[in-house]
Amino acid sequence: MEVVITLNGDVVTDDVPPHRLLVHYVRLDRGLTGTKIGCETSYCGACTVLVDGRAVKSCTMLAVQADGREVVTVEGLGSIEQPHVVQECFSVHHGLQCGYCTPGMVMTAVALLDDSPSVTRHEIREALDGNLCRCTGYETIVDAIHDASGRMRGEPPAAPVWPSFSPPPADGG
Amino acid sequence: MFPRPFEYASPASLDEALAHLASVPGSRVLAGGMSLLPMMKLRVVGPPMLVDIAAIPGLGDVAVGDEGAAIGPNASQRDVACHPVLNGRATALAEAASWTGDPQVRNRGTLCGSLAHADPSADQPAAMLVLGGVLELRSSRGDRTMPIDDFFRDAFTTAMEPDEMLTSVTVPLATKSEGSAYQKLGRRGGRSGFAIAGSAARVRLHDGIVSDASVALTAVSHRPVLAPGVADALVGSDGSAGAIRSAAARAADDIAIVPDLHGSAAYKAHLARVLTERSLTTAIHRARQSREVA
Repeated sequence: MEVVITLNGDVVTDDVPPHRLLVHYVRLDRGLTGTKIGCETSYCGACTVLVDGRAVKSCTMLAVQADGREVVTVEGLGSIEQPHVVQECFSVHHGLQCGYCTPGMVMTAVALLDDSPSVTRHEIREALDGNLCRCTGYETIVDAIHDASGRMRGEPPAAPVWPSFSPPPADGG
Repeated sequence: MFPRPFEYASPASLDEALAHLASVPGSRVLAGGMSLLPMMKLRVVGPPMLVDIAAIPGLGDVAVGDEGAAIGPNASQRDVACHPVLNGRATALAEAASWTGDPQVRNRGTLCGSLAHADPSADQPAAMLVLGGVLELRSSRGDRTMPIDDFFRDAFTTAMEPDEMLTSVTVPLATKSEGSAYQKLGRRGGRSGFAIAGSAARVRLHDGIVSDASVALTAVSHRPVLAPGVADALVGSDGSAGAIRSAAARAADDIAIVPDLHGSAAYKAHLARVLTERSLTTAIHRARQSREVA
């Protein structure tokens, strides 16, 4: 079945079988492997993408259901050179360890802050209810999103709890 | 995990959708898909056809009228939870919707889908029972309405025929001196996710005395159940903390409690009493406030 999807700003047309899941469509058909497959049962949130601006679990949505809609994956947020403010804050605050849950976390955070950049730490925790992280204990993720919410409201960056990582000198040191 | 292949239809009108349901036995309506798609991926179900109703105009509306608020089958949990009128005047339902699943699930999952799915652990059915919703069921054979009391038959089993679709549910709105509330304990310890148990309450006050009350429980039986003993004990009382406590103590009376992986019968009975005390307390508080405001 032919679908026309606005994917990260580009209008793309594809022929997909009806039982193709959106997460398999973006990863396998479009090669956008930033979106992760974790539990595949709609619990873990690693596959979270934005559909028409709302966070959804792409493992529990058919690609044909995205026909005519706007889909944003983590690749559509920013680049290495110019990361999205949420991505920047995840980096500064060490909001990740293994990184597997991070694309989903970031997409959920972006949806939250797009709705309202003024959020409390409690509201951030509630918003992350559908995203599991098995490494960080969530503290630094909440730090990152809270800082991003402040920056989006024009407040100065918050200092990270942990010192920033300094790469070793190029000559090995 | 992949669902079995199926035919997919995305009709532009309700009549077209009903024609698909009538012509393909075993076909299923797809709205949010938050329960149906996981079941298809687990191969618990394998419908030959999905009838996606997303493209049918108007089905996502919440229309407020004289009879109450008519909630369409594409209205999401988030739409219900954030709706200003439902929040103030069908509060138990808005609360139930706001604590269902997680944010991503609430963004896509629908209220009507939750009712039609009839998961014993789902929150909305109990809220709808105390509020007295009326369902509109349509098929290519004709239309009928059904009070919510008659709808839930067993776990995942309703009074709907296979070719019928739940096209709307109308929930009466609270007027002066009425209030409702929902309370639950979720499997992750908080209030979101599937319920270990839940309690919905609705009360009406007259001159400070409880003149009408209704309590329904989530996840204690094969289906959402009313707890008439609580209502009987509370009506005629002053709605004080003591009256609430003694009424809530009867929450599990005469209910055949079904234990599951998440709680024994004794634990669920305990939760039913505790959560009913809380839901009644909040509902009565809201009823008193609405009297003061009105």
